[in-house]
Amino acid sequence: MVIRGARVIDPASGVDAVLDVEVRDGVIAALGSGLVATAAAEEIDATGLTVLPAFVDPHVHLRTPGQEYKEDLESGTRAGAAGGYCQLLAMPNTVPTIDSRTVLESLFERGERDCVIPTGFLGAISVGLAGAQLTDMYELASCGVAGFTDDGRPVERAGLLRRAFQYARPIALPIALHEEDLTLSRGGHMHEGAVSAELGIGGYPGIAESAMVARDLAIARYEDARVHLQHLSTRGSLEEVARARAAAVRVSCEATPHHLLLTDQAVRSLHGDAKMNPPLASEDDRQALIAAVRDGVVDCIATDHAPHAFEEKDAPFEQAPNGVTGLETAFAAIYGGLVLPGILPLATVLRAMSLAPARAFGLVEPTIAVGRPANLALWDLADRHVVRADRFQSRSANSAFIGREVVGRCHLTIAAGRVAWRLAPVGDPR
Amino acid sequence: MHAGSPRVVLDDDALRRTVVRVAHEIVEKNADLTDVCLVGIYTRGVLLADRLRAAIAAASGTMVDVGALDIAFYRDDVTARAADGRQPVVHSTRLDFPIDGRTVVLVDDVLYTGRTIRAAIDALLDYGRPGRIQLAVLVDRGHRELPIRADYVGKNLPTSPQDRVFVTLAGHDAADAITVVGRA
Amino acid sequence: MDDLRRHLIAIGDLDREGIERILETAASFESVQEREVKKVPTLRGRTVVNVFFESSTRTSSSFELAAKRLSADVMSLKASGSSVDKGESLKDTIQTLSAYGPDVVVIRHAAIGAALKTTGYTNAHVVNAGDGKHQHPTQCLLDLYTIREALGRLDGVQVAIVGDVLHSRVARSNIQGLLAVGAQVLLVGPPTLIPRGIEATGVRVSHEIGDIATADVVYVLRMQSERMAEGANYVPSLREYTERWGVTSSRVSPRQIVMHPGPMNRGVEIGADLADSNQSLILRQVQAGLVTRMAVLYDLVTRPYRDTAERPAVEVAA
Repeated sequence: MVIRGARVIDPASGVDAVLDVEVRDGVIAALGSGLVATAAAEEIDATGLTVLPAFVDPHVHLRTPGQEYKEDLESGTRAGAAGGYCQLLAMPNTVPTIDSRTVLESLFERGERDCVIPTGFLGAISVGLAGAQLTDMYELASCGVAGFTDDGRPVERAGLLRRAFQYARPIALPIALHEEDLTLSRGGHMHEGAVSAELGIGGYPGIAESAMVARDLAIARYEDARVHLQHLSTRGSLEEVARARAAAVRVSCEATPHHLLLTDQAVRSLHGDAKMNPPLASEDDRQALIAAVRDGVVDCIATDHAPHAFEEKDAPFEQAPNGVTGLETAFAAIYGGLVLPGILPLATVLRAMSLAPARAFGLVEPTIAVGRPANLALWDLADRHVVRADRFQSRSANSAFIGREVVGRCHLTIAAGRVAWRLAPVGDPR
Repeated sequence: MHAGSPRVVLDDDALRRTVVRVAHEIVEKNADLTDVCLVGIYTRGVLLADRLRAAIAAASGTMVDVGALDIAFYRDDVTARAADGRQPVVHSTRLDFPIDGRTVVLVDDVLYTGRTIRAAIDALLDYGRPGRIQLAVLVDRGHRELPIRADYVGKNLPTSPQDRVFVTLAGHDAADAITVVGRA
Repeated sequence: MDDLRRHLIAIGDLDREGIERILETAASFESVQEREVKKVPTLRGRTVVNVFFESSTRTSSSFELAAKRLSADVMSLKASGSSVDKGESLKDTIQTLSAYGPDVVVIRHAAIGAALKTTGYTNAHVVNAGDGKHQHPTQCLLDLYTIREALGRLDGVQVAIVGDVLHSRVARSNIQGLLAVGAQVLLVGPPTLIPRGIEATGVRVSHEIGDIATADVVYVLRMQSERMAEGANYVPSLREYTERWGVTSSRVSPRQIVMHPGPMNRGVEIGADLADSNQSLILRQVQAGLVTRMAVLYDLVTRPYRDTAERPAVEVAA
């Protein structure tokens, strides 16, 4: 395949030029102008479009096994491909939990058949996410988990987390943490502040996250552990991370598109699609999060893609489940909301959505260079459109961005050398 | 007369004389004036009732009781009005005297379909049991939709259903007048 | 006008003009209550459905009588207790009742946003009779009516709201409504029961009961102990609460009026003698509730409205 005449941007390899890209046998075979394709190869006129490295999402919920009515491996990975992703890491809070060799092996088997793009899994830290008993971490590692997490829940007991850090040190896989002090967040359904006070919805204070971040970074430092903090949302947490970095703690962390773009004001709609954990925070927290991405304190942008059925989200706010989908809107929302207005540089966003998460979890780095496996996506960065509930590849449509204008549409995704997504007709001048 | 041009059918002087004449008719028809009370229907019926009371006092020396009746809650077109973008303004009904067994003279400015009077009678009956109800109007413009007739009429005014009749009264409006605006 | 909405979900759905119009209409219903026939035919042939997913004798009887005094057909449903706390049941219940073609659905539900959800399940006008800790707009209207009647004005009136603001939908509606009509609001209570950030609405906050001295109206909230999760420690004991924040005769002056949304815990948040004194307007509030709810029903059915979608319909731009 030759993608002809697109602007190719990859900060990792330092490319930013209008080039032809030839993909042959799953590898980027040539980059240049006026490339001659072999007769049989498909040619795509990509004039006016942009080739970007494909993204890596270290935090998605694919709901398999057990809740396939929300999402399954096929629909979830297709959603990822449609959003320009080439690799996903799925969380273990499934039914049953991914906490044993049996569950994991059957998942890999199904993944082989169903996944549209390469998909890895994190194993649970504690059996059944119950926070009591460590999983057989060595066995899970030998089966190929990409890391460990109890995501959806914090590791409540400091002692258990310390044991996990200690025990898993030789495994050298990151331990990813959902940071929440449940005694502080109990009864909370939205960020505690002026809006929660006015609406009467139970407040979830920012310190529920930052106090836990402080505790866990202290433990990680003591055990010299490799720790990854998931979906950080408050200024306090980011200050803790910056402090720990300065003390050489090996910490990576995530911000989500919804925390970067929305605040607790969105909850005024009382719509379930404005509900997730951690909750949308204050404008001050949002600004701190944007600055942290800009300064590299937050290295990864992850969606925390969390599909739920319409009926579940249609409940009154406090009864609606936590979580929003994100794979198909992540880049376009950030590009339209933060890159175009000049708030975040494109290079920073690309790095946070692609290279950094791949490095954090030791995955294939999607670099656009000759000889590298083809992990790239072709975007129309002039396509300004409103997010619609009926246009998702995901089985669920609980996006916080519905009705919002975003910029950028993915026309083609090549993941691990194979075409994973194609928006027909590709290359049609718009 | 071409469509849309207003035509004054009663000026302020004529209107004043008309009120005095109606007052005399009420006095003549009711032997015991202490038995009579006037109840004006919001908005201009209330003003007219006050004027009639003064004219009756001048003619007979008797100050009859006067009250005000709001019929918003008795209308039969509550939702029809909601659809056309108008909401009836609600006033407080003021009847500071018993009406049981007495002669109540309902007072309104224009008698047209009769529906307002129907609503007023219903409202009145919820306040008590008058001995008899009479009706005094400044203008009867015809086109009744209910079997209702006025006992005292200031002026019979032949109109077409497309005409609009405006009664303006000093105290609520700029000046006294009855005006008809014809429509094509 | 901004308040031309089909429903009454939050007091903020009404602008100042709308609030005043409803209070005026309520006043005109007062004269009806003094007659032998206490009923007007306004809503004859129309149907009002009261669905109470949370028990409330006061509010449901007030709405029921209000609808009856307007000659509407009334169906009152108590759906509390069973399996109705899930969103799906709310939808089923409302859709089922809506099959009868009601003109107004009055709903009380323990979940925030339940009334707003209801608007999506029925073509009727929806009146929120309390949704969790969120809003109780008719309580606010009846309180405004009561205050205006007692003091002759609302603008510039100083109101101290005392007690468990955190769990109180009454407090939230009243704060919004009082500020909208130009009153000033002071919240008084233990720091654990005053929601963090509430000052942003424009109220003042104090933790000293003595600060109610400057208020024209002392509005006492019910100590809603049933709302507090076990071990939450909002207050260590009711005894200490009463000692520090209970509103008693010795803490108010005779020129102040005292209100309470009911039901009262005499001897806890309010002194028993004060509740029965003639500066207490608590029974007057109940009467005001009837005429105010009549006015709300009348206003919704007769008011010209334009549909304001709560969540804008999404259309593709390109």
